[in-house]
Amino acid sequence: MDMPLPDPSILSRKARIVDRLRAILPHDAVIDAPAETRAYDCDALTAYRCQPLAAVLPRTTAEVSAILRLCHEEGVPVVPRGSGTSLAGGALPTADCVILGVARMNGVLETDYANRFIRVQAGRTNLSVTGAVEADGFFYAPDPSSQLACAIGGNIAMNSGGAHCLKYGVTTNNLLGVTIVLMDGSVLQIGGAHLDPGGLDLLGVICGSEGQLGVVTEGTLRILPKPEGARPVLIGFSSNEVAGTCVSDIIKAGVLPVAIEFMDRPCIRACEAFAKAGYPDCEALLIVEVEGSDAEIDEQLALIRAIALRHDPVEFRESRSEEESKRIWLGRKSAFGAMGQINDYICLDGTIPVSALPHVLSRIGEMSRSYGLDVANVFHAGDGNMHPLILFDANKPGDLELSEALGADILKLCVEVGGCLTGEHGVGVEKRDLMPVQFTPDDMEAQMRVKDVFDPQWLLNPAKVFPLGATSARRGA
Amino acid sequence: MMTLRPADEAELSALLRGRTGPLRVIGGATRVLWFGGAADLLDCTALSGITLYEPGALTLVAGAGTPLAEVERVLAAEGQRLPFEVPDLRGLLGTAGVSTLGGVVAANASGPRRLQAGACRDSLIGLRFVDGTGMAVKTGGRVMKNVTGYDLVKLLAGSHGTLGVLTEVSFKLLPVPGASATLVLRGLDDASAVQAMAAALGSPFEVTGAAHWPGEGTFLRIEGFADSVAYRSGRLARLLAPFGSADMLDGDDTARQWQAIRDVAPFHDRPGDVWKLSVKPSDAPGLVARLAADAVLYDWGGGLVWVRTAPGADLRARLGPFEGHATLIRADAPVTAVFQPQPAPLAALAAALRRKFDPRGILNPGLMG
Ligand SMILES: Cc1cc2nc3c(=O)[nH]c(=O)nc-3n(C[C@H](O)[C@H](O)[C@@H](O)COP(=O)(O)OP(=O)(O)OC[C@H]3O[C@@H](n4cnc5c(N)ncnc54)[C@H](O)[C@@H]3O)c2cc1C
Ligand SMILES: Cc1cc2nc3c(=O)[nH]c(=O)nc-3n(C[C@H](O)[C@H](O)[C@H](O)COP(=O)(O)OP(=O)(O)OC[C@H]3O[C@@H](n4cnc5c(N)ncnc54)[C@H](O)[C@@H]3O)c2cc1C
Repeated sequence: MDMPLPDPSILSRKARIVDRLRAILPHDAVIDAPAETRAYDCDALTAYRCQPLAAVLPRTTAEVSAILRLCHEEGVPVVPRGSGTSLAGGALPTADCVILGVARMNGVLETDYANRFIRVQAGRTNLSVTGAVEADGFFYAPDPSSQLACAIGGNIAMNSGGAHCLKYGVTTNNLLGVTIVLMDGSVLQIGGAHLDPGGLDLLGVICGSEGQLGVVTEGTLRILPKPEGARPVLIGFSSNEVAGTCVSDIIKAGVLPVAIEFMDRPCIRACEAFAKAGYPDCEALLIVEVEGSDAEIDEQLALIRAIALRHDPVEFRESRSEEESKRIWLGRKSAFGAMGQINDYICLDGTIPVSALPHVLSRIGEMSRSYGLDVANVFHAGDGNMHPLILFDANKPGDLELSEALGADILKLCVEVGGCLTGEHGVGVEKRDLMPVQFTPDDMEAQMRVKDVFDPQWLLNPAKVFPLGATSARRGA
Repeated sequence: MMTLRPADEAELSALLRGRTGPLRVIGGATRVLWFGGAADLLDCTALSGITLYEPGALTLVAGAGTPLAEVERVLAAEGQRLPFEVPDLRGLLGTAGVSTLGGVVAANASGPRRLQAGACRDSLIGLRFVDGTGMAVKTGGRVMKNVTGYDLVKLLAGSHGTLGVLTEVSFKLLPVPGASATLVLRGLDDASAVQAMAAALGSPFEVTGAAHWPGEGTFLRIEGFADSVAYRSGRLARLLAPFGSADMLDGDDTARQWQAIRDVAPFHDRPGDVWKLSVKPSDAPGLVARLAADAVLYDWGGGLVWVRTAPGADLRARLGPFEGHATLIRADAPVTAVFQPQPAPLAALAAALRRKFDPRGILNPGLMG
């Protein structure tokens, strides 16, 4: 993977730039010793690493503004960073950049139950947002599997989703407002405790812009009353096709589960070996979760059972206790961990129309065989967001490249059947060069114009999202 | 004044590429406020037709000129609907004509269910448009989860034709629930009504509509499977007992009542300007007290306030600074500022975006600033 060559004139000015940063920030907020900046040399896409020029850890919006103004003056690229859990290399540094980490900005600024929102600083972790309102019966709906670690700023930048987004939507559907600092240091309030913008929907385009339009320092988030209860069922099938049809029938029947998760045999086996959740040994497994009072849950599950039975499941297991519910989710939640135990893996994130599921699964099987690399599938079936995990051996020369090539083929297939390259992890550096598979040069031009407006010099996270060839003229400007 | 009616995206693209004079973009023209100077009309109704409908994937793709009524009919046949409850403002505005999907998206028009199911833009998963230079652009797609590239879908929704002309839109859909009911609390003043709605919306009983119609009542809607609706409305009535005992409307009355709220029926055939305020719900009663309004209707738990005032009254001056915004929806006389002026830095960004997408300033010039 190519990254732009670092700008030698910036590298030669390192001492001066660091001195200037020290002059405007508390002493512990600037990190430039290589031993310490190493902590920022990658995100969760660990195959790619690069030491930044320096890292800064501001505590306030005013400090963020001062940092950006300075870097703007010096012409230094800035890479915003939350918790560094991006799977797309969104927070990967360049050697001539300053990493701006918001981890120290983790406070709750306001909670308002009458109007159902919470205002937090961008470094607050996703799970601790819910943690702040849980005792009062509320929660923040988007729940990425990484929610213990990932930060709201990163969630906003990536427009992250989670297992429960079939019902509650992703970050953009739960975001009411932000405080954002542009590259020139100007601080903007966009949106707030009211619904919908009075002019153009700038909030809508900021969410999901991968840290390229501004640094988010605060977010106003919608919070929801917790449902009375939730209960999962586990349904096993003897083929992927049948499981796929069952998903489509459930959706058509008018039940709206909060989650429909799908695992195929390789994934079931790995999870079973790792977590011992007691999953049946079958071709395909669905976990379907519904919410409400006990009676409401019974009513919905009766419908789901009737639909599932029409498809001859090899197993239909309804949870009868909190303990059983936990066990049903246990295997799914440890899927990535389980895979990590037995192999190195690449996690893909393409989305496909739900109707294309059986076709895509069988094509992935064929590709996996022809590449000679195993692929396990675990994904959010209700919305078609696939997570094929390509297993490889990092110690075997050429295996990473081979698995990347297989990954690219699978993503091309997703686009071919009417889907997209990434449903929730973002483009970052990982899928940057595949953008032309999904978009024409004009489609990308329209997106890049938005960046031109927010960051005319292309200093914020500049080498991400768009193919380098498409951005070189702009980055050089 | 001429009316141009391109037959497809390619024709539209050629038309815009060579165009120098201003255009007023129209769909069904059910809502055309008189702004700016003379302009030719760009009629989008030929870009019509449903291109894809997959009930099992809850997805619809259609041309921007497709009549809303046609889409609603096709969805209803499969027991599905657009989640955001599109208002029909013809009665309010005294216009005829047929709303189009493009007009709905361009106005990000959403009804009472917005507070639970999201706005039009939240159900919109993709679109195609042609910008002011004639460049045809696709953004988003036909799948529910998609973070590939910037989300221009949101930027175009609610852009009122000022960044580009929509040619095709994709929506995610929801099943129509089997049952619905409405609780009605009578005799609450505005402040208590907003509190009652906040209590209901803060409960786990999934209220999908919360409106206060002064003089008529405070309305709370519940939708779902029959038993579940009965259970939740019972629990909700108990929760709201401190605000008085609630009447219950059945499914048919619920449909009628929410259509009236959605379409702002209380203001039909009444004179005066009509404004739409988006505010923090708990601020609403205090702001309304400053307005000297002829009538108001609260929706979205108080977050949306429809206001009827004497013609020409400058509502924004009366409001002073507040969190939210006011949009003029109906006026007798020509108006210049339909939208609330934005804070300078936001206005500058919006203007810069318009210059990028419509450098010659030909698309609805002046409408959004
Ligand atoms: C300033 C303004 C604010 C409004 N706010 C709301 C609101 O908040 N809630 C609500 O329910 N309704 C609102 N409306 C009304 C809304 O436009 C109608 O509800 C909509 O459904 C009308 O559809 P139509 O096809 O008749 O559109 P028209 O009346 O023809 O056009 C409505 C708007 O959409 C634009 N437009 C139409 N077709 C296209 C297209 N293909 N591409 C690009 N732009 C197009 C027009 O230029 C115009 O700005 C608003 C209208 C205006 C003018
Ligand atoms: C085990 C695991 C499971 C995961 N599961 C999911 C999942 O279920 N759903 C999902 O959507 N994702 C998932 N992810 C991906 C990742 O957690 C999300 O993308 C997350 O939102 C990243 O947040 P972060 O704080 O770690 O951001 P980082 O990794 O630090 O940064 C991500 C991007 O956001 C930008 N950014 C960060 N903070 C800011 C800010 N304040 N202002 C502007 N830009 C900023 C960065 O520049 C970068 O481009 C998973 C990751 C892992 C490792």
